[in-house]
Amino acid sequence: MSIYAASLLKRLLRVGEYLILPVLLLSVWQAAVDLKWVKPILLPAPTTVAATFWSMVVSGELPKHLAISLWRVLEGFAIASVFGLLLGIGIGLSRRLDRMTDLTLQLIKPIPPISWIPLAILWFGIGEVGKIYIIFLGAFFPVLVNTIDGIRQTDHRYVELAEVLEISRARLIAQVILPSALPAIMTGLRVGLMVAWMCVVAAELIAASSGVGFLIMDARLLSQTDQVLVGMITIGAMGKLLDVILKRLELRIISWRSAYQGA
Amino acid sequence: MTVSSAGRAEDLRISSVSKSFESKSGTVQALKNIDIDIPAGSFLVIVGSSGCGKSTLLRIIAGLERQFEGKVTLGGRPISRPGLDRGVVFQEHRLLPWLTVEQNIRFGLSRLPEAEKAARTQRQLELVGLTSFAKAHPHQLSGGMAQRVAIARALANQPEILLLDEPFGALDALTKIQMQNEILRIWQAERTTMVLVTHDIDEAIFLADQILVLSSRPGQVKSLHPVSLSRPRDRSSPDFMALRKTIFSEFFTESETPFAYEI
Repeated sequence: MSIYAASLLKRLLRVGEYLILPVLLLSVWQAAVDLKWVKPILLPAPTTVAATFWSMVVSGELPKHLAISLWRVLEGFAIASVFGLLLGIGIGLSRRLDRMTDLTLQLIKPIPPISWIPLAILWFGIGEVGKIYIIFLGAFFPVLVNTIDGIRQTDHRYVELAEVLEISRARLIAQVILPSALPAIMTGLRVGLMVAWMCVVAAELIAASSGVGFLIMDARLLSQTDQVLVGMITIGAMGKLLDVILKRLELRIISWRSAYQGA
Repeated sequence: MTVSSAGRAEDLRISSVSKSFESKSGTVQALKNIDIDIPAGSFLVIVGSSGCGKSTLLRIIAGLERQFEGKVTLGGRPISRPGLDRGVVFQEHRLLPWLTVEQNIRFGLSRLPEAEKAARTQRQLELVGLTSFAKAHPHQLSGGMAQRVAIARALANQPEILLLDEPFGALDALTKIQMQNEILRIWQAERTTMVLVTHDIDEAIFLADQILVLSSRPGQVKSLHPVSLSRPRDRSSPDFMALRKTIFSEFFTESETPFAYEI
């Protein structure tokens, strides 16, 4: 066998490892419905869900709701990122700002964003602002906490080096502290985006007339479990796609790192 | 090649320097009454077993330890903080992983016009023979290469003194010998005053104009050996061996000497 064929085989095997679990799960699911272990009304077969998915794509219903949800996420996430990064850098660099904000932030952080929904509805109605507020709350803390952590984990020895070379504080921050915090910041952004995506669906489940979350809730009221599942799977797939995009970006930005990638 | 710093080189004088650390079990005296003059352009090697305070002494000269008794002066000016007149090479290379080799060397050159920065960076790359690795990142370098970049970075500011804290301690035996030749070549080309800390007696004899032997707890001057062997030094010559034996005997009394050195 040629070297080329061998490496191709290796690659195919790797793709196989990637797909084996989802294929297994789908098969069990399909079998469970076909063998009448579960009622189709409670859990429709994957084939049914796939057909529904396709018809919802063709009708434009799914793309419409997905676009609305996605836009909300991007708005909320962008605002959360800007505030999380700025405040995180400020707190990371200044002990005083840390002391002044710590108690407040630590008290707000454990409150689930979803529990803000009742207040958000009262304050902002069921318009866009309320949902973006919920997403903001969800994405803000992962970005903030990871930014602070990243800055605080800057190797003291690099700071000493900067001292020896008489580097100004501004350059120390720009060329030493921020680059060294970048991997942690990227992790914060990825977690933040994930949480933002969860929050938009949660907010839409409760208070919305559009979006994937609304789609799921609407389908449930009509007992259209296939549509519920289409909505759920869309959420999962979209979340994965967003994470892949950010992960790619991260690899490109932090190409200098030689971190452990797993055995 | 031009001699960069000989024109303004100044003597380093260490007068009755003592230093103690506070620890949980009480005060530990790291250095006691160290006195030594290091003439401009000379090569001093400080030898001692680990924990004898030799690195602390180097950090005092670098200006990184500011709490000590006694006086350290460079050309009559007392040293109280880090400065560009003293370059430092640490035991680990401390290259910034997100910068290329070139950018790392340039990193310490803050106050120069761009053209001068570029010229110096180029010259340092040539000096340590790494021109072809200018665009590489630190994780792509071997240990010896990384340490050469660290030396280039420290020399880029044309310091009067280069302080080296066990710079080859982490390298394998062969690379270490290469680096010793390298530092000797650089010293002969630049005529920068060198102060190198090591626990390797052979390294000390190979490099030094004078060897300062420190005793442990407290770190005190045990002896000072001028080395008058002509360079390049033959590590197996009788004079080299004799001096090695003398210094060895200062660390191990007759009965403790584990084995005799014979070749």
